[in-house]
Amino acid sequence: MKYLMFVCVDHELATPEATKDMGERSMAWVREMDGRGVRVQGNRLQEISTATTVRVRGGEVVLADGPFAETKELIAGFDILECADLDEAIEVAGKHPVARVGSLEVRPFAED
Amino acid sequence: MAALIRRTGDWDLSEECAQEAFAEALRRWPSDGVPDRPGAWLTTVAKNRAIDRLRRERRGAELMVQVAPLEGEAPAMDDHDPHLGSDSDCDSDSDESGIEDDRLRLIFTCCHPALPLEGRVALTLRALAGLTTAEIARAFLVPEPTMAKRLVRAKGKIAGARIPYRVPPAHLLPERTGGVLAVLYLLFNEGYAASGGPDLIRAQLCDEAIRLARALSGLMPDEPEAAGLLALMLFHHSHRRARLDAAGDVITLEDQDRTLWDRAEIDEANARLAAALRHRRAGPYQLQAAIAACHTDAADVADTDWARIASLYETLAGVMPSPVVALNRAVAVAMARGPEAGLQLIDELQESGDLTGYRLLYATRADLLRRLGRADEAADAYRQALALSGSDAEHRFLTKRLAEVGGPERGS
Repeated sequence: MKYLMFVCVDHELATPEATKDMGERSMAWVREMDGRGVRVQGNRLQEISTATTVRVRGGEVVLADGPFAETKELIAGFDILECADLDEAIEVAGKHPVARVGSLEVRPFAED
Repeated sequence: MAALIRRTGDWDLSEECAQEAFAEALRRWPSDGVPDRPGAWLTTVAKNRAIDRLRRERRGAELMVQVAPLEGEAPAMDDHDPHLGSDSDCDSDSDESGIEDDRLRLIFTCCHPALPLEGRVALTLRALAGLTTAEIARAFLVPEPTMAKRLVRAKGKIAGARIPYRVPPAHLLPERTGGVLAVLYLLFNEGYAASGGPDLIRAQLCDEAIRLARALSGLMPDEPEAAGLLALMLFHHSHRRARLDAAGDVITLEDQDRTLWDRAEIDEANARLAAALRHRRAGPYQLQAAIAACHTDAADVADTDWARIASLYETLAGVMPSPVVALNRAVAVAMARGPEAGLQLIDELQESGDLTGYRLLYATRADLLRRLGRADEAADAYRQALALSGSDAEHRFLTKRLAEVGGPERGS
């Protein structure tokens, strides 16, 4: 079953101390999950200041600078997982280094 | 039903076929006699119904593949002659241990931590206790459509997010078992709290919670916390006839008429607790049960082993640290070593700020001050407690105490 995993960093928890070696630990996670065949694809995203929100209202395209989510947790990346069941997806997400300084949303693909 | 869910993955179909099997039993057993293994009879009849339905509805190839093995099994188990068939004719679905495994899978699935708590509770009542949606809605004082939606969402998430239908693997079992026990305890407390709704419904919740805890401790004989929870529920439940007065107000433990306590339940609770403790793996439920046992062992408040209770709370605080546990410990210490000692702990708690706004903190503090003869301070504390509204019954009780320490109620 495929799941989309949103990686969200909580900026109150993500202090310099808590996020040192984050790059290395993330790559280690990627290597492990690629190796297990549970990670299909994924990527970090650029800074939220590079985000643009697109809406169409009243027939017009309305743009806004920044992300749509007005929370202190912002999407920093995503991964597509292929797991046997939700317990495996939970285990994979739980091992991601951001789990301790943020949240990971795991949602199944719709079956069409 | 649990076996059918395992085979077909379809909760609604499984529920309906299980109901039809029960109806069939009610029709046949009075005249044919109860079969030697009723559980196996019911499972087979329900399975055959499921096969028929799936064939008729022409489900996708996936389900038909699962049906085929069902057909190939236990050919001698003819549902027209329930007394036929020996053990060797039965497949693993139909023998009693297979049924038990499925019930265990069902409990763990209903209580999966990825489901919202209210969904877990509702689904457990629906799938394991067999309550109707209407009954569950009444028990939790919500409209029936709300409860129906809650159940649909929970089942939808199990299917949609693919929550596995299984007993969790060993490395997850400790935390998942804790989750199941928490749901059962929540169920019990909903029934026991008497916080609203018609009494009959609440009593049913207690009964179901106890039944499920009993089933779980039978299914998990090596898990002492399951037996500990059952013991704890039975201890609480044994007080039920002494807990409320004619006006429906709560009678405190020290004032309860202990002759009204259910001794049979207390005996069972003690036996369960003793068996659990033999495993030498004490946990929160066993500890709380042990505390309850201290109360039921005593003839009255003065006779109670408060020193032991205080010591048990201290151990409990180690495995289940919480300010409420600390508060209860302070009460026990006050009883064992005098109000001064208890007050010291209460003051520390108040300093920590963990229980700010928790009315029982102020009510307890007030009580200790009253016993020390510090009337003015007691009156202040009673007023603080009264300001944090509780139930009408509690209000009456605190007002009475306030009057006893000579404090007039300040107008608001």
